[in-house]
This record gives sequence, structure tokens and C-alpha cells, in this order.
Amino acid sequence: MRRIQASEVTNTVARLFEHSCRYLPADVITALKQAKKREKSPICRDVLDKMLENAEIAAKEKIPLCQDTGVAVVMLELGQQVRIAGGDLYTAVNEGVRQGYHKGYLRKSIVSQPCFARANTEDNTPAMIHTDIVPGDKLKIRVLPKGAGSENCSRLTVLSPAQGRQGVVDFVVDLVDEFGSNPCPPVIIGVGVGGTTEKAMFIAKKALLRKVGEPSSDRQVAGLEKEILEKVNKLGIGAMGYGGTVTALAVHVETLPCHMASLPVAVNMQCWCARRGEATL
Amino acid sequence: MPKKITLPLTEKVLEDLKAGDSLLLSGVLYAARDAAHKRMVDALEQGKPLPLDIKGTTMYYMGPTPARPGRVIGSAGPTTSGRMDGYASQLIAAGLKGMIGKGPRSQGVKDAMVKYKAVYLGAIGGAGALISKCIKKAEIIAYEELGVEALRRLEVEDFPVTVINDIYGGDIYEEGKAKYRGKAS
Repeated sequence: MRRIQASEVTNTVARLFEHSCRYLPADVITALKQAKKREKSPICRDVLDKMLENAEIAAKEKIPLCQDTGVAVVMLELGQQVRIAGGDLYTAVNEGVRQGYHKGYLRKSIVSQPCFARANTEDNTPAMIHTDIVPGDKLKIRVLPKGAGSENCSRLTVLSPAQGRQGVVDFVVDLVDEFGSNPCPPVIIGVGVGGTTEKAMFIAKKALLRKVGEPSSDRQVAGLEKEILEKVNKLGIGAMGYGGTVTALAVHVETLPCHMASLPVAVNMQCWCARRGEATL
Repeated sequence: MPKKITLPLTEKVLEDLKAGDSLLLSGVLYAARDAAHKRMVDALEQGKPLPLDIKGTTMYYMGPTPARPGRVIGSAGPTTSGRMDGYASQLIAAGLKGMIGKGPRSQGVKDAMVKYKAVYLGAIGGAGALISKCIKKAEIIAYEELGVEALRRLEVEDFPVTVINDIYGGDIYEEGKAKYRGKAS
């Protein structure tokens, strides 16, 4: 067994949130620059310029990229030969969120009771934690400060298997069309196909952790991603919905086997300000 | 080139604004989100005074990150405006002239904008760091207990926005989409 101190987990989680809310990943910056070259609308090119300028200011002046520093989504891959010492894992993660949001001057957006008092918990906890147990003696921590603007534009459906590939394409494209400017386009679209309802949404969210524009390793899935992206970009929505030819930076599809009578499809929408971070202990 | 506009929005200025125009706003505006809107509309319905003189003002839908010591404000980008749709028409009827946010408005709010001559302006979502640099002064003027959702008075300089809905019923979301629909990048 390899021991990892709970305090090390806390420090890492705190650092990842502080850092990811301030520095846009390099692949997202590259994707925005490429979008600017492809965009035909002058208004949207100007918006894309300001998005890139925002990333520079945030990094230089220690101001969060966006005021919605999100709900703290944490995905853990825990090696089965790891033992957490000096505390329990989830308490350590939540303590990291508390410290990171405090030290980083990040906004605390979590309310305790969803449809009752909605009182702010004041420290952005609890984090939404997912854990995979994997072989090995490492702990991989991935964080996603997820804003509500895009999260609110996410949806789940279960299609009839007869609707097939075309049904998946139509569901995603229609959803992007319906929400238009709300999720802060150009968006990154996480799509989960197959599994069960809860697994479909989970892999849709996991798809957002992929580097922007990196295609699926499965040739058929990569073809599906390409087709959805082309169709979404012909909707005319553009950056911030002002009308343009780049509505999405990327479509990331993940799949799972599913029941012969089901075809679950989940869309987890991500804004252009696609913050994420990861570290391995 | 963007037009430079000094707040408050006068009738003459409003008449010149068209959906799609780029503007740089300077002057005083107010910031509020859902909770503060609910309180303002409750006050109007009960015939109680509002904590600000709403006539001619511009409301920015925004709840900032905490300011670092020595800073005016933290990250300060727009939130989704649709959540304010249930309150906006009453404030427009009471004299509100400008709203700043992101995302489409309901037909009811769009109708109120035409009827009472008010505009809806779009700020860039996610660009909270850039926008914070345009805010020169910020103070909470009411509902302090709402924390991030308190009502704030802001002084801004060259705050970049785009006209989404003008007083003539123009809508850049609809017009822009129609113009580029079906076109490949």
C-alpha cells in the first residue's frame, strides 16, 4: 500500500481550483484563435478577440476569468493500492475546495437546499465528487469549476434504438439551437451516448475533460463528432449568439454499451471559458 | 467602431441605438441578480419605495467574485438574463431604461421594451476579468444580506456591450442567426 496524506489531497484540490479559475487551458486558447480565423461575422470576431484578451487579463492580474467560478466538480481516479492517511478522502477534497475558493477570491455559489431556503453555504462546498477505483498506486485528481450558464443548458433523453445515429445528431443539434446564446458560445459540447441514464450524463461531463478538439480514438465516434460539429456551426448562432459561423469549438462524444431496448443520450454543455485542471499524486 | 455612450440613457440616445451596435458605456449603473430583483418587484407591488430611483437607470445582471484587497471589484461578467424575465417588465414600466446581461429575453420583456422605450444590451459572458477593469467604483446600496446578490451601484468607463434589443423591436439574436444560418465557416 502507498500512503497519501489527506493534507496533500487538500492542498492539491485548493491549488487546482485557484489555478483553473484564472488560467484558461492552452488548447482552449488555441481553439479560440482558430475560431477567430474561421469566423465570418465581424461582430463575433470582435467578441472572440475580447475573450482572448480576457484570458490575458485574468492570468496577469489574478482576476478569475469569469465571475461564475462554478460548482466544484471533482473526478478522482483512486489507485486501489493507495491508502489515504490522516483523514478521509472526501473531507480532504471538500477542505481543498473551501481553501481554494477562499484564497483564490473565487465566488461561492452553492446553496444548501435546492428548492427550499437556498441558503449559501459560504465556502462553495459540497463538491460534486466522482470516484473511479483503478489499478495502481496513484491518485489522479481532475477538477472542473462548472458554471451554471452552460450547465443549465444540459439535457438528457432516452431515444428509441430505431432513431439510431441520426437521432443522436438531431437531439444535440436541436438542443444547441434551442439554447442559442445562453450557454456562452462558442461552446464545447460533451455528449454521452449509451449506458444508463445516470452513466450517460456522467460520460458527457467526462468528455469535457478531453483536450478541446482532440477527436475520439474510435473512428466511428470521431465521425459522429465531426458531423455534429459541422451541423452546429451552420446554425448561425455564433460567439455570444450575435450571429456567426462558429457556434461550437468542439464536440466530444463518449459511448458505453447499453440495453438492447435503450438509447440514452446526454448533453453536458460547456461555455467557451472552459476551465479545468488536473494533477496526479 | 463602437459608439461611446454616457449614462443615463436618454430618450435621444435610445432612439439612435440599433440592434447589433457596439457601444462603450461610461457612467453610473446598478448591478442585481434574481434575489434583489424579487425584492424590488415585491416592493413595487406593495407600494413601497425602491432603494434607488429607477427612472432612467440601467441594470446590469451580475454578481461578482470577491474583490482582492485594494481592488474595486472581482471578476464581474454578466449572468443569464432570462432568470430576470419575470421581474423585468415591471421595472421597465417603472422607468428602467437599460438592461445588461446575456441570453434571450421573453416576448413579454421584449414587448415592454418597445412599449416603454428601453433597451437590452449584451455583455460578453465569461469575460469577467476584462469587464472588471472597466469598473471604477462599486458599492453595495441595498440588500447587503444577500451577499453576492446584493444591489450594487457601479461607476463604469468604456464598458463594451452590444445592443441586443432596441426600442424598435430589433433583435440581434434573431437577425444575426438568420444572416448566418446555413453558412459554413
